[in-house]
Amino acid sequence: MSKPLKQIHLAAHFPGVNNTTVWSDPAAGSHIEFSSFAHFARTAERAKFDFLFLAEGLRLREQGGRIYDLDVVGRPDTFTVLAALAAVTDRLGLTGTINSTFNEPYEVARQFASLDHLSGGRSAWNVVTSWDAFTGENFRRGGFLPQEERYSRAKEFLATAHELFDSWRGDEILADQATGTFLREARAGAFVHRGQHFDIHGRFNVPRSPQGRPVIFQAGDSDEGREFAASDADAIFSRYSTLKEGQAFYTDVKSRLAKYGRRPDQLLILPAATFVLGDTDQEAAELAREVRRQQVSGATAIKHLEFVWNRDLSAYDPEGPLPDVDPVVSEEHISRGRAQVRMYRDPIAIAREWRQLAEANKWSIRDLVINTGNRQTFVGSPATVARTIDEFVQADASDGFILVPHITPGGLDPFADKVVPLLQEQGVFRADYAGTTLRDHLGLAHPDAGTTAASERAAS
Amino acid sequence: MSPTPASPLHLAVALDGTGWHPASWREPVARPRDLFTAGYWADLVAEAERGLIDFVTIEDGLGPQSTHFLDPDERTDLVRGRLDAVLVASRVAPLTKHIGLVPTVVATHTEPFHISKAIATLDYVSTGRAGLRVQISARPNEAAHFGRRGIGRIEAYDSPAAQDILAELFDEAADHVEVVRRLWDSWEDDAEIRDTATGRFVDRDKLHYIDFEGRHFSVKGPSITPRPPQGQPLVTALAHQTAPYRLVARQADVGYVTPHDAEQARAIVAEIRAEQRAAGRAGDTVHIFGDLVVFLDDSPAEAQARRERLDALAGEPYTGDARIFAGTAVQLADLLEELATGGLTGFRLRPAIAGHDLPRISRDLVPELQRRGRFREAYESGTLRGLLGLARPANRYAAATA
Repeated sequence: MSKPLKQIHLAAHFPGVNNTTVWSDPAAGSHIEFSSFAHFARTAERAKFDFLFLAEGLRLREQGGRIYDLDVVGRPDTFTVLAALAAVTDRLGLTGTINSTFNEPYEVARQFASLDHLSGGRSAWNVVTSWDAFTGENFRRGGFLPQEERYSRAKEFLATAHELFDSWRGDEILADQATGTFLREARAGAFVHRGQHFDIHGRFNVPRSPQGRPVIFQAGDSDEGREFAASDADAIFSRYSTLKEGQAFYTDVKSRLAKYGRRPDQLLILPAATFVLGDTDQEAAELAREVRRQQVSGATAIKHLEFVWNRDLSAYDPEGPLPDVDPVVSEEHISRGRAQVRMYRDPIAIAREWRQLAEANKWSIRDLVINTGNRQTFVGSPATVARTIDEFVQADASDGFILVPHITPGGLDPFADKVVPLLQEQGVFRADYAGTTLRDHLGLAHPDAGTTAASERAAS
Repeated sequence: MSPTPASPLHLAVALDGTGWHPASWREPVARPRDLFTAGYWADLVAEAERGLIDFVTIEDGLGPQSTHFLDPDERTDLVRGRLDAVLVASRVAPLTKHIGLVPTVVATHTEPFHISKAIATLDYVSTGRAGLRVQISARPNEAAHFGRRGIGRIEAYDSPAAQDILAELFDEAADHVEVVRRLWDSWEDDAEIRDTATGRFVDRDKLHYIDFEGRHFSVKGPSITPRPPQGQPLVTALAHQTAPYRLVARQADVGYVTPHDAEQARAIVAEIRAEQRAAGRAGDTVHIFGDLVVFLDDSPAEAQARRERLDALAGEPYTGDARIFAGTAVQLADLLEELATGGLTGFRLRPAIAGHDLPRISRDLVPELQRRGRFREAYESGTLRGLLGLARPANRYAAATA
C-alpha cells in the first residue's frame, strides 16, 4: 500500500561568496585557508554525506562600478582544492562548478578525469554557462558568446567532454613488463569532434577513470536549463526548497525525462537548503532571526535594494523608509557578476509592492530586506529538522538537499552531530557508505565507454 | 652571483611517469599499473622529501607522450597517458610538509587567469610550497586538441621560420607568466579586513585591476583568489637556447639548463645573466640549475650495466637534451661539484627509473653531499622560496600606491 521509504541524499555546499555566509560571526574562520576546507570536508564525510559542493565565480562582483565588499570575497581554484580534499577524505564525493564558456573541453576533461583517478572515483561536475563580457574580460578569449548560444555551447561542450572520457574504454593499458606491451592499441584515446562550437581531433591523454565520467550536475532554471538537465544531467542543483515549489519543480523536470529514454531515478533533484538548529523550535526561531540580521547589515540592505532600484541609494538610511523615487529601468545594471539580479524582471512593480509591504508592516529598508529575502529553509530542533527533511523527500519535493551552512568552517558540525543520527535512526539515511564512488552513493550506474547516452539508458 | 665553493647546492627531482628512460616501466620496481593512482605519486614525493630535496617538478603535456619532437607516435611499447600535473601536486600536498611542488603548465593553450588561481591555490593547500614550470607547445597535434589556433609547422629547427615561431611562443609564454604574476599580486596581503563596524569584508582599495594588454591577449583582474602565502610562488622554466634563456631571465626564479660540462655551464650562465641585466633584473636572484639524467648504483659497472640493459629493452640508446650520468653517488657528487664551478646553483635530477634512482638520490647522493658540506641537514624553511633563499617579494601594487 505505502510506497517504500526513499533514501535521502545529503551534500554540503562550502559557504559561498554571498550574504548567506556570515563572516562577522566570532566563530567564522578563513574562507581561503585549506584547513577550513579540510574541516568542512571531514565533517561531511563523518556524517556520511554524498558529496561536497563548490560554487564558482570567475570575476569579483561589482556594484556601482566598484568591487562589492560587503560579502566574503575570494575563493580558491575549484579543481585544485578538490584534488587536495581527495587526500584528506576517502569516500566523500567532490563536486566542482566549472564553466563551459571560459574553458576548453580537452583541458576540462583532463582535469575531471585526473580528479576522478586521484580521488578513486569521486568527482562530479556542475556544468554552468555564462556569456557576459564582464567575466570575459578575465580571459584571453573575452566575452565572445551571444546569450542565446550559451546552452548550445554548454551542450556541445559536455557532449565533447563525454567523447573524450569515452575515447578510452578502460582496458587499453596492459603494462606487461615481460612482453613490453604497455598499450593494447596504438591509437588509444583517439577522437574526432566536428561541431558548431568545437572542431577538434587527436588523442586524449588520460586513461579511463574509475567512474568513467564524472557525475554531471546542472543548475540552470530556465526552460532550456531544465531540458538540458533532463537530457544530459545526473542531478540538478535546484533553488526550490519549499514544499510546494519543490514538488512542482520535481514533477516538471522528472516528467521531461521520458522523451530522452530515461527513468525518473536517473536524475536526482537536490535543492540548496539553509538551516538553523536550536535545542527547541522556539530557540531555533529566535536564532534564525538573529542570523538574518547578521546576514543583512544596514549596508547590505541598501545594496540589495539597489538590485531592484538599479541606482545608487547610498544616501538612504537603512533604518528609514523605502525610497520614494522609482527604479531605473535599463539594460545597464548597477550590479555585475551576479546571477540572481535577473530575477527582478519588473522592477517598477516590485518597488511598488515592497513599498506597500513596508508601509503595512512599518518596516525599515533593512526590515524589508530581512523579511523578503531568503529565509532559512529548515529552522527548528534537530528532531523537527530531521522530520521536515524526511517529509519533503518522501513527498517528492526533492531527493535530498545540498546544505549551505552560514558559518565557515564549523557550520555543518551541529547538523552532522544532531540531525544526521536521527535520519539514520529513521532508516532514511545511510549509516555508512556502501560503495566507494560517488556514483555508488547516488545510486547511478557506471557508464560504459563507447555506448551512447541513449543506448546506455536503454540497456540499464 | 656565483656561489662560493662551500655554498650548499640545491636539488630538485624531476618526476615523469616511471622515470626518464623510455624503458623504465619494464623494471620490476617501476609500478607501471599504479601510474594513474594517487598512491604512486604520494610515494615518490615522500621519498624525495625524505632526502630533504628542495622540490619536485612534475612533467605534463596536452597530448600523449611521443618519441618525436613535434608529432605523435603510435608506439604501444612505451608509457602513454598522464594525469594533470597541477592536480597531482595538489593531491600530494596535504600528505607532505616541507618539499616544494612544481607542476608543469603549458602556456600556449591555457588561460593565465585559471593557471594563476590554480597555482595560488596549490600554494594555500601546501602552505607556501608551490611553484610552476612554464612550458610552450609547438606541436600541431596539441593545437588540434583545442582548435583555437594553428601552430606553424616547424620543418627544420635552425631555419629562420622555425626560430620565429618559437620566439613568438616564448614571448607569449612571457606574457602569460606576467599575467599570472600580476594576478598573484592583485590582492594586497592585508586586503581582507573583516571590519564589522562598516560591514566591509575587504578593503577594495587593496584589490587591483591588472589591466594587462599584450599582443596575444588582455586580462582585467583582479584574481578571484587572494594573494598566496608565498606572495609569488616559484616560477621555473627549462631552457636550451636564446629565446627560452630570455624567458628565464625575464620571468623565472629558477631556470633549468642542460650543459654537458662546466665550460658549457659557464657560457649558458653568462648568457642568462646578460639577458637578466637587459631585462632590468640584475638584482634579482635567478637560480640556474643543471639538468642531469641519473643512473645511480653501488658501483659504476652496475650503473652502466643497468643503462645498457634498459637501452637494449628500448631497442636504441637513450639520448636527450640533458647529460646522462651512470655511476655511484660519490661520482655524481664529484660531477655536481665540478659543474657548479660553472655558476650553477643547483641541479634538477631526472631519475632514469623513478622507483630505483630516486631512492638512490635521497639515500646515497644526499648523505654524500651532506658529508661534503654541500647540502642541508634539515629543512630550514617552511616555504619553497625560503628553501631557495628567496625573500617573500613586496607586492608590486602596494609599492605603487605607498
